[in-house]
Amino acid sequence: MVLALLADVHANLEALSACLAHARDRGALRHAFLGDLVGYGADPGAVIDIVAEHAARGAVAVLGNHDAAIFGDDAYLNDSAAAAIEWTRTVLTPAQRAFLEALPLAVHEERACFVHASAAQPERWDYVNSARAAERSSRAAQRPYTFSGHVHDQLLYGSDALERMVAFRPRPGVPIPVPAHRHWLVLAGSVGQPRDGTPAAAYALVDLDAMRITFHRVPYDYDRAASKVRAAGLPEILAYRLERGV
Amino acid sequence: MSMPAPIAPGTRVDGFTVGERVHAGAMGCLYDVTAGGAAFPMLMKVPRLDTGVDAAQSLLAFDTEALILPRLHGPHVPRFVAAGEHESVPYLVMERVPGESLDRRALPLAPDAVAEAGAAIADALHELHSQDAIHLDLKPDNVVLRPDGSAVLVDFALAHHRELPDLLAEERRHAAGSAPYVSPEQVLGSRSDARSDLFALGALLYELATGRAPFGAPRTLAGLRDRLWMDPAPPAAWVPALAPALQEVILRCLEPDPARRYQSAAHVAFDLRHPAEVPLTERAHRKTASGVLAQARRWWNARGHRLATQAEREAAPVVMVAVDTRHPDDPRQPDLQRATRRILSLSREFRLICVAVVPAELAGSPGQDPQVEHRIRLRHWIAPLAVDPARVSLHVLEAPDAAAALVDFAGRNNVDLIVLGAPAPGERARAGWRSGASTVTASAACSVHVVRRAGRLPGADREE
Repeated sequence: MVLALLADVHANLEALSACLAHARDRGALRHAFLGDLVGYGADPGAVIDIVAEHAARGAVAVLGNHDAAIFGDDAYLNDSAAAAIEWTRTVLTPAQRAFLEALPLAVHEERACFVHASAAQPERWDYVNSARAAERSSRAAQRPYTFSGHVHDQLLYGSDALERMVAFRPRPGVPIPVPAHRHWLVLAGSVGQPRDGTPAAAYALVDLDAMRITFHRVPYDYDRAASKVRAAGLPEILAYRLERGV
Repeated sequence: MSMPAPIAPGTRVDGFTVGERVHAGAMGCLYDVTAGGAAFPMLMKVPRLDTGVDAAQSLLAFDTEALILPRLHGPHVPRFVAAGEHESVPYLVMERVPGESLDRRALPLAPDAVAEAGAAIADALHELHSQDAIHLDLKPDNVVLRPDGSAVLVDFALAHHRELPDLLAEERRHAAGSAPYVSPEQVLGSRSDARSDLFALGALLYELATGRAPFGAPRTLAGLRDRLWMDPAPPAAWVPALAPALQEVILRCLEPDPARRYQSAAHVAFDLRHPAEVPLTERAHRKTASGVLAQARRWWNARGHRLATQAEREAAPVVMVAVDTRHPDDPRQPDLQRATRRILSLSREFRLICVAVVPAELAGSPGQDPQVEHRIRLRHWIAPLAVDPARVSLHVLEAPDAAAALVDFAGRNNVDLIVLGAPAPGERARAGWRSGASTVTASAACSVHVVRRAGRLPGADREE
């Protein structure tokens, strides 16, 4: 069964639609939304509706820090992010807001843990930005596979003989075997706000039966997404970031 | 996990019938296996999982090979057949390559045999490197020579593939290859430089030629670090009759700084096959190990290279240009020269092969030696390009079918790009080698750059 890992959609409807279509063409039958459905982008409501539909059909969805900021503390966000959250609160319907409030911090299945940030204290929103942080998260997850987002980067960590995590930067489109007798931590990349200089949306497809993961980059209409950001009156920097992938 | 008793002969595993155990080493065991309908003999590899921390190392080495082997293809690696689990121990089934392991050869080999085996191994390394993989544990036990003389690389337990996670990245002791052959940069922790395999190839050639390892077989890290600064005694110190060209190739492979080695296994293969074309430096003529001062200089230089160990391998193409030496005044010659210069300007580390094909009937005509005559013309042709002579070699092929000769020569010398002229207007229908461009384009295994005179569009040809 092919599972699509979609992290950090950030209210980018164009990017999400492109990734969902790309995943459907490659046989994805299940989806996991790894947090931060909203923030930065101009289509929070439409994105939540799509995710809610998938969740009703069995998709995994977990809470991200931007999602939590809608109904909680946003003091730690930077100015443009806080402005986007402020605006998002004004456009969500009560049902959409309720969907976010009901999201769990993490979902544990038999072989996989789904979490936005680190599985060690997910509520702290720690970045998994080092091999040590990956070890802590994977150990706390107690599963062969930990799937996360938060870091807007595509990276695969695998455990070596001493259970140290070793980072690997995957090449898009190349399937990588991930045998279950090792531990793997996947940073799926950001669907809606890639930051590595390439504007294309990032996500990953994992086949847990074949024990294989493929990272993907999907070109999408970022001009349209950026013009919606401007039309909504959100900070210019958020549109610029989509156009440049920064 | 623990390792059960050896798998008993006759045991069935996922459609394979296990036969005799053919090898039991520190890292794992190899069994003969058969399966109905199999087209070639097969081996099953099983990691050794009964020795604590070493079991984890053994499993990691096994996993590394299981990750990489299925991604490799071609005649220079064993064919991958299957991977699976038997009683919760993973296994890997691959082709049992027919031939002789290089470590069975009585040493030293005759110099010609060293060059022949070395070129075959360099071909195999070139193929591996062009598939984005690095072996990192090249040694005689890991080379099988097929009856036809071609080489197969086996055991990818320490290998690296650019498109796959490198779980050995944090390893030091276990991942650093085999002491007699391991490159200095691997000793320092690098696992991503294809030129490391060329150092190991140099050590292996040295051993084949002299019967001795260039740096001995050190057992300590300090002993391994010696190769950062220590010059090995030149092979000629042990085998005085060794050809200078062979010594040049071996010592160039053994340069501690990867940037001073060959930059591509294809170049090594080429030099081993064409010793007369090897540009000889001071390395070729060494009779004894360098003096204290030279060693000190090498040591001093080695200090700086610690930071350079992760450098990406520079693109080092083999470019072959086909020159019509029978018509030196053809107006198209400058176009071909310009195109060749432009192509060479794209990389510093190229190898240029200039080839003239002389029809066999001409070769037989009395009163002239076409080899000498056309070689002189080739040299004249290349002179305006002012290419470093160490990067160029000149070849006159005598063959009835020029296109076939070019394609064959390119194939045997790992050529990446063939440059040749397009047929002139009116020549397309004519027999002869100028109309060979389309044949070469169609049948070459590499890229082909067909040079047309500026302003002459294919449509214009037809009008004339």
